[in-house]
Amino acid sequence: MTTIDIDHTSRWFGNVVAVNDVTMRVGPGVTGLLGPNGAGKSTLINMMGGFLAPSTGTVTLDGKPIWRNEAVYKEIGIVPEREAMYDFLTGREFVVANAELHGLTAGAAQQALATVEMEYAQDRKIATYSKGMRQRVKMASALVHDPSVLLLDEPFNGMDPRQRMQLMDLLRRMGAEGRTVLFSSHILEEVEQLASHIEVIVAGRHAASGDFRKIRRLMTDRPHRYLVRSSDDRALAAALIADPSTAGIEVDVTEGALRIQAVDFGRFTALLPQVARAHGIRLLTVSPSDESLESVFSYLVAA
Amino acid sequence: MIYEPTVARLTYRALLGRRRAAVLFVLPALLIAIAVAVRLLTGADDQIASDVLGGFAIATMIPLIGVIAGTGAIGPEIDDGSIVYLLAKPVKRPTIIFTKLIVAIAVTMAFSAIPTFVAGMILNGNGGQIAIAYTVAALVASVAYSAIFLLLGTVTRHAVVFGLVYALVWETLFGSLVPGARTLSVQQWALSLAERIGENGAITSDVALPTAVVLLVAVTAAATWYAGQKLRTLTLAGEE
Repeated sequence: MTTIDIDHTSRWFGNVVAVNDVTMRVGPGVTGLLGPNGAGKSTLINMMGGFLAPSTGTVTLDGKPIWRNEAVYKEIGIVPEREAMYDFLTGREFVVANAELHGLTAGAAQQALATVEMEYAQDRKIATYSKGMRQRVKMASALVHDPSVLLLDEPFNGMDPRQRMQLMDLLRRMGAEGRTVLFSSHILEEVEQLASHIEVIVAGRHAASGDFRKIRRLMTDRPHRYLVRSSDDRALAAALIADPSTAGIEVDVTEGALRIQAVDFGRFTALLPQVARAHGIRLLTVSPSDESLESVFSYLVAA
Repeated sequence: MIYEPTVARLTYRALLGRRRAAVLFVLPALLIAIAVAVRLLTGADDQIASDVLGGFAIATMIPLIGVIAGTGAIGPEIDDGSIVYLLAKPVKRPTIIFTKLIVAIAVTMAFSAIPTFVAGMILNGNGGQIAIAYTVAALVASVAYSAIFLLLGTVTRHAVVFGLVYALVWETLFGSLVPGARTLSVQQWALSLAERIGENGAITSDVALPTAVVLLVAVTAAATWYAGQKLRTLTLAGEE
C-alpha cells in the first residue's frame, strides 16, 4: 500500500500560479487526473515525481517527502509526457540501462519489455519508433523495478485506438494488482473508461474529486446554454419558460435568436422539439453555446 | 562519490554519437596537419614547436574540445528532458555529475592530449621536452575545462555559447590584453606546469606553479560540487 499525499500545496512560476492550494490523496488503484490543457496537471505530476519543489505545502510518499529524495524512486515509476529519450539506443538497450540504474539485471528489462509487448521491436533504434511504441518503451522503463506507484503524464496523447486499448488494459491490471496508478488526461471519456477515481484540476485548483459517476453527473447537471432560432422566437420562449427545465430565456434582438439557459439537460432536450411541434413553430437553429471543455470545467470549479 | 557505469555508457554514446562530435575529430586532425606542414616548411625548431602547441593546441583546441565534451556530457539531456530517466532513479545526483565529469575528462584528454603529443613529436621530436610538457598541460587543462563546462551545461541552456565566450574571448583575447585576467585562466595554470617540464625557458606562464595547482584543484572541485547541488534541485518544468 503506497499513498501519495498532497497537502495544501501550491506552486507558482514567477507571478503565475500553476497549482493553487491543492490537497489530495492518491492511493492504490487507478486514479485519473482530469483537467483542460494548462490546468496544472503536469506541474502536479512533476511535484509528485520529485522534479519540482512545491512553493508551499508538502508532497509526500507514505509520509516521506518526495523532493530531493532519490530513495523514493525505488517505489515510483515515471512515464514522462515529453518524447525525448535516448534515441540512439535500441529499445532493449534503453530498458536495460534503466534496469541497471535500479541495480537490476537485463532479466528485469526483458520482463518489462514482455509486459508492454515490445519484444518484437526491441532491437530497433528508438529513433525509428512510432509514438505508440515510444510510449510502451517508456512504460517498460518505468516498470523495470516493479514500482508500487506509477505516474503517467498524458500517456494516451497521440496513440491510436488499439494502442490506447492495450495501454488501458495494462494500467487496469496494474491498478488491480494494488499499485497506485495515476495518469493525467484532458479527455473525460479517456479518464472515465479507465479510472475508478477521478481528481479534477482546473486553473490550478482542485475542482472535484470522486468516482466517475459523480463527476459525470456534475458535468451533465450543469446549466446548459443554447442558441435557438425559430420561426417564432417569442412564442417559443413563452412556451419554454413555463417548464421547470429552463431557468432563463433572453430574446437577443440583434442576433435574431433566443439564448436559453437550461438546468435539466435531459428534460430540456426532450422538451424543446415537443413544445415546438405543439405550437407549430419551426426550429431553425439549435446549438449549444458553451460545450467547450473549458466551460464545462469552469462550471465544476464554481460548483 | 561513486562512478556509475551505466550513466558513463549513456554519456559516452551520447557524446560521440552526436553531430557535434565531428569537431572532436576535426580539431586534432587540423593540429596534426599544421604540425606536418610546419615541420616540412621550417624543419625542427623548439621555439616554433612551442608556438604552435601553445598558440593552437593549448589556447584554442583544448578549450573548444572541453566545451564540446563538458557541456555535451549533460546539456543536451537537460535540454530535451531525457535526463529524467537518470534522475528518476535511486542514484545520488552528485554521482551522476561525478560520472559525467569522468567521461568528459576522458574524452577531452583523448582528443586533446594525444594529438598534442603526436603534434609535438612531429614538430621537433620532443626536443627540449616540449611535446611532453604540452601534453601534461593538455591533460591538466582537460580536467579543469571539463569540470567548468560540465557545470555550465548543468546551469544554463546556453552553455555552448558561454563556453565559447569563455574559451575564446576570456582566455584568448581578454587574457592577452589584460595581464590580470591571465591569473584566472585555465590555460595559464596548465602552462605553469608545462613551464616546469620544458627546457631552456621555451614555455612561459604568468602564474606561479603553487598558485596554479591550488586554483586548478579548487576550481575543479568547486565546479563539480556545485554542479551536483544544481542537479539535486534541477527543475523540469512542464510543457504547460
